Amino acid sequence: MSAAIKQKKQEMSRLANLTKGFVKENPIFVSLLGMCPALAVTSTLETSIGMGLLVVFVLTLSNIVVSLVKNFIPAEIKIPSYIVIIATFVTIVRLLTEAFAPALFESLGIFIPLIVVNCLILGRAEAFASKNNVLDSTIDGFGMALGFMAALMLIGLTREVFGSGGIGYGIYLPLPIEGVIFANEFYIFNMGVLAGPAGGFMVIGVWLAIFNHFRLKKEAKKEAERLAMIEEKKRLAAERKKQKALESAGA
Amino acid sequence: MSVAVFFTAIISSMLINNIVLLRFLGVCPFLGVSRRTESALGMSLAVMFVMVIASFVTYLLYYFVLAELGITFISTIAFILIIASLVQLVEMFIKRFSKKLYKSLGIYLPLITTNCAILGIVELNIAANYATDFGLWSGLGVAVTSAFGAALGFALVMIAFSAIRERLDGYPLPESWKGVPVSLVVASIMALAFLGLGGIV
Repeated sequence: MSAAIKQKKQEMSRLANLTKGFVKENPIFVSLLGMCPALAVTSTLETSIGMGLLVVFVLTLSNIVVSLVKNFIPAEIKIPSYIVIIATFVTIVRLLTEAFAPALFESLGIFIPLIVVNCLILGRAEAFASKNNVLDSTIDGFGMALGFMAALMLIGLTREVFGSGGIGYGIYLPLPIEGVIFANEFYIFNMGVLAGPAGGFMVIGVWLAIFNHFRLKKEAKKEAERLAMIEEKKRLAAERKKQKALESAGA
Repeated sequence: MSVAVFFTAIISSMLINNIVLLRFLGVCPFLGVSRRTESALGMSLAVMFVMVIASFVTYLLYYFVLAELGITFISTIAFILIIASLVQLVEMFIKRFSKKLYKSLGIYLPLITTNCAILGIVELNIAANYATDFGLWSGLGVAVTSAFGAALGFALVMIAFSAIRERLDGYPLPESWKGVPVSLVVASIMALAFLGLGGIV
């Protein structure tokens, strides 16, 4: 019985481990990690998805390897060793992208080798994979990278829809079909500046402010609830005291 | 080969293709260390130091070792190792020879290994193919010069941005815009201003 409960608890914590990257510990909007690719490759939805997929691949595999070799690496050369492991996987994805998705390779440019210095990947290796077992590290790396990809896609979608008025597909990713959705339906919003360099900073700033607004509202609500509970407890205690005093007076 | 080439390299990598605002390299220190002008200056100096040395060393490594052996596909691994050990070396060197410089730069140096500006400039130098355009040795000069220009551009933007942020600190903003969101919008306006510099060379 207790073993079953324990197992269920573990499964629950694994699920939490997988999903924490989306909202609670989102790499871009909460921890502000990996801002360089978030600004540079998000001018269209497709390049954002491409970058996200590469990070999913590298982060999951590097977390697996780091957690496999964690006991063999001396503490002094921990960080350089992790960087070499990450750089190896980055080289693999670089060559694979060049072979199978040349348009994506062309448009991501130097940001593929720069995945090596993405703080998110080294951060997960150091903070999670070097302390946990292989299965948990895999789940953590995969979930975090998916959260990163979701954030990139949100930014990319905003910039492409408002910047160019539609969403193209099949241009950068090697899909069998290509075309544009809503070619001119959002034309009234056409703000070309959002697709350019200035738009990256602007869109991330605005999204951050929106998320901050909801977070602060939630926190304020929680705080108000906490205060109300304290108030309620005080009232109950006072009532009980009164009751006791009445009882003792009656006796 | 004239002085004009070097001048163009500096102006172009400092202003027209500004490393932070138009190429999005080194955004982490740009947002993280720009709260005070003093620390922004320290970080920019450390970046300048490492960036120039790193592009010198990696250029030689790429053309005289990796290209000779035909193993240019491992360049990313080689470069990041070179940069990591170079940062360590520079740190030890500064610690030994100038206590004062170490005090002002020391805390920023370890952060530089994972600063994408350094690896980014190194990769850009190789991708720009200066060696075929200007010849092997002149190409080295152009690569180092444009790295220096990029570092100057980084310093310019860091110092201007930190000055703006110091002003913004005491400003009555809505609670949800305080801190990073408003800084990003400021950076966006700065990027727009830098776009206007395109075409001066």
